Amino acid sequence: MNTFASKSLCLAALIGALSASTGLASAEDTIKVGVLHSLSGTMAISETTLKDTVLYLIDEQNKKGGLLGKKLEPVVVDPASNWPLFAEKARELISQDKVSVVFGCWTSVSRKSVLPVFKELNSILFYPVQYEGEESERNVFYTGAAPNQQAIPAVDYLMKQEGVERWVLAGTDYVYPRTTNKILEAYLKAKGVKDEDILINYTPFGHSDWQSIVSDIKKFGSAGKKTAVVSTINGDANVPFYKELSNQGIKAEDIPVVAFSVGEEELAGIDTKPLVGHLAAWNYFESVEGDANAAFIDGWHTFIKNDKRTTNDPMEATYIGFNAWVKAVEAAGTTDVDTVIDTLVGTTVPNLSGGYATIMPNHHLTKPVLIGEIQEDGQFDIVSQTAPVVGDEWSDYLEGSKDLIADWRKPLACGNFNVKTGKCGG
Amino acid sequence: MRPIRLIAAVCVCLLSVLAASAATIADSELTGFVRALGQGDFDDTERAVAALAATGDERVAGILDRLGAGDLMVRKADGAVFVAAKAGKDVALADPVTGADAGTAPKAGVEKIKVNNRLRRAIASAVGNLTLMSPDPATRRAAAEAVLKSADPAVLPVLDKAIAAETVADVRATMQVARATAVLASDAGEADKEAALSAIAGLGTRDALSLISPYASAEGPLGDAARKAAAGIERSMLLWDAAQNVWYGLSLGSVLLLAAIGLAITFGVMGVINMAHGEMVMIGAYSTFVVQETIRAYAPSLADYALPLSLPVAFVVAGGVGILIERSIIRWLYGRPLETLLATWGVSLILQQAVRSLFGANNREVGTPGWMAGSFDVGQMQVTWPRLWIIVFALAVFLALIAALKHTPLGLQMRAVTQNRAMAASMGIRTPLVDALTFGLGSGIAGLAGVALSQIDNVSPNLGRGYIIDSFMVVVFGGVGNLWGTFVGAMTLGIANKLLEPYAGAVLGKILLLVFIILFIQKRPRGLFALKGRAVEQ
Repeated sequence: MNTFASKSLCLAALIGALSASTGLASAEDTIKVGVLHSLSGTMAISETTLKDTVLYLIDEQNKKGGLLGKKLEPVVVDPASNWPLFAEKARELISQDKVSVVFGCWTSVSRKSVLPVFKELNSILFYPVQYEGEESERNVFYTGAAPNQQAIPAVDYLMKQEGVERWVLAGTDYVYPRTTNKILEAYLKAKGVKDEDILINYTPFGHSDWQSIVSDIKKFGSAGKKTAVVSTINGDANVPFYKELSNQGIKAEDIPVVAFSVGEEELAGIDTKPLVGHLAAWNYFESVEGDANAAFIDGWHTFIKNDKRTTNDPMEATYIGFNAWVKAVEAAGTTDVDTVIDTLVGTTVPNLSGGYATIMPNHHLTKPVLIGEIQEDGQFDIVSQTAPVVGDEWSDYLEGSKDLIADWRKPLACGNFNVKTGKCGG
Repeated sequence: MRPIRLIAAVCVCLLSVLAASAATIADSELTGFVRALGQGDFDDTERAVAALAATGDERVAGILDRLGAGDLMVRKADGAVFVAAKAGKDVALADPVTGADAGTAPKAGVEKIKVNNRLRRAIASAVGNLTLMSPDPATRRAAAEAVLKSADPAVLPVLDKAIAAETVADVRATMQVARATAVLASDAGEADKEAALSAIAGLGTRDALSLISPYASAEGPLGDAARKAAAGIERSMLLWDAAQNVWYGLSLGSVLLLAAIGLAITFGVMGVINMAHGEMVMIGAYSTFVVQETIRAYAPSLADYALPLSLPVAFVVAGGVGILIERSIIRWLYGRPLETLLATWGVSLILQQAVRSLFGANNREVGTPGWMAGSFDVGQMQVTWPRLWIIVFALAVFLALIAALKHTPLGLQMRAVTQNRAMAASMGIRTPLVDALTFGLGSGIAGLAGVALSQIDNVSPNLGRGYIIDSFMVVVFGGVGNLWGTFVGAMTLGIANKLLEPYAGAVLGKILLLVFIILFIQKRPRGLFALKGRAVEQ
């Protein structure tokens, strides 16, 4: 009895000492950075790379001497492509690990799932993926493209350069394609495209039998007008889609496909020879020429110890977000969340395509829009590049959102200010 | 007048003047034209292509082909254009006009002349005009197709000459269609145009329809003729469309059959609810990838046969993993379906993550061998080779399995054990061994399915997930324990799905099918072909 008590006392003291010492060490010596990307499950295919990207950026920053004289310390968790788990892991990162900032999420549903946690515990999330817009939150910085930074310039390019008059909007059946297609449909109609010249088609996640749909596209394209496909098909469904296109002999010269979710990583799984000339719209391609990009790719290859690993747009978005956060913390001299959020607005950092990205008051970025054509080697040839475009969170082409603006600067500090009614809250 | 038209007109005039003697101009002059390709934006390059084509020099077609393939580069220092090839870290340059070696340049010192789709079309059309009289029939066919697409009236004189000289019947036919489209686009008389229209309409194909439909909105007799012809083609296409949908259905059915047939053994015959079945398919696909990479590394000449060579490997690997799972986990759980379900679900997650750690989370590329790519036409119906091969393969696997169950000693023992385990054991059959082998057979067949699916789907750790639900659906619908039921079930579901899809869309179509199956199972709980007899009652 006696020995047991003394033992447990001893143990408790030991644990207490240990936790105190680690707590002290982390509070004084390092700044913790949370990484909230799925490392298992369906989304691992895309998100694992982003986890590595954050680790790479932290590594580089630490080589430069860290931040505010302290080393950065990554805290990696695996939400396993499970949306409720995202919220739990976010809570764990913020309240247990006391991270100063979180880089994470890919799908919109995972972002929506962690939002209440970030609001309640007041922390910062950098979200690096293109999304459907219609959102602006104080605690989130959207470093990927809003629809006007990807979809609309791509459609403009096809109209001007290819003379496209007939449109197939093909997407996976979830929120991003549905919203994007709604915006595109309104935009096309505003440009004078008739109802019968627009075909909208949705398919389930992971759809693998594209025979009928590709043949429908072919049929739709045989009306004598130049036809193009705007694809918001997501993830794994793309490979069978492109395979079917090439098997049915649809060439890019006849019916070009412009995709918003197909990048260098996705093409790595396909033989791209039959796909030459199909397009993708992003804010960054690995083939961008310039010193910043060359240095980034070299450093990435060294860090990941593999010369064949590609880089892609969400990686650039992570890069911009990370550097903006570092710059804002340096400027503010503290990692205090409220101060950093205020400092971040207006922060300008170089992007990888030779320009600059500025964080706007709506917590979105300025980004140039690049259109690339698929090449035989799985890379993109950039055929068009716009000047930087400001991310438009509330689309001008949707009823109910065209009167809204977001501005997180004081005194407005509102994510959905209605300019007609003059009220915050939609 | 659009620039392309103008260019084509110029080049055609030149061509017709120079057609008798092969045109050549001085190297230096041609180099000047080639140099212009590398200046300015896409519009400038398009004009340069036209100017180059207008020289009519016999080397032009070759140079334009290289441009279209993205092989031409500009040296940044002096703006000279070269044919470039990779040479280690540098780029090897060659003169595009003379073909002479021009040394190497560092990658940063040269810039590729970029080509977009519009430019590629302009190039194809220019090369087509230049090569209509080529001695090689394949080149002439490609040229005729390019001219057909550009529908350029300026090309008519050359086309007429080419048609007169053409000896190959189907190339001439293509040229005549090209001529008809050019006439339609020209300012020829109404009568000529109507003749051209009926020549195109005579083809009765979807391509013909797309050539005619722009004129269907026109006024007057030409518009009437176009509307009538278009309506006629659409009517005849209706039947072909239906046939095409049935074909798609058979093709989807064969994929379902391949995925489900292994499950028909493990679930149907043995009664094991194997949630890791999809992962056996995935393992088969990854085996294909490994075999392909090995062959690419050690025997590149065999690359086209990687797929058939993968079959035994995939069967053995997936079968081996299956036997391992049966011996280590499932045999302790016979007769406890809920636990089996949970345990195999866990196994499936473990296998997925194992493959993800081993091969990475990204998709792996499994190439399509030359003999499996592309498509051919049956009437107005398009049949793609990979799908045809998968149908053939699915049938072959199915028949082989039926034969194995009927005519081999192992097959006999399997049937004996599943029908009456106690009796089989007392007849001296080692039932545990038979269980393991049966499970291995079902898994091995799933591995074979993986080889086929690597051709149409992603080779990724998630491959199996997409097929597990469908497989169970097919087996339950067809009747548990009956291979023919699985066959009929797969084909019925495939065709029903594809007939529904054009009307209901892919998402709703799938829902409707699931609802139908639920109702069907309510009515006939044992599926289409229920097993009868005492064995079932146990």
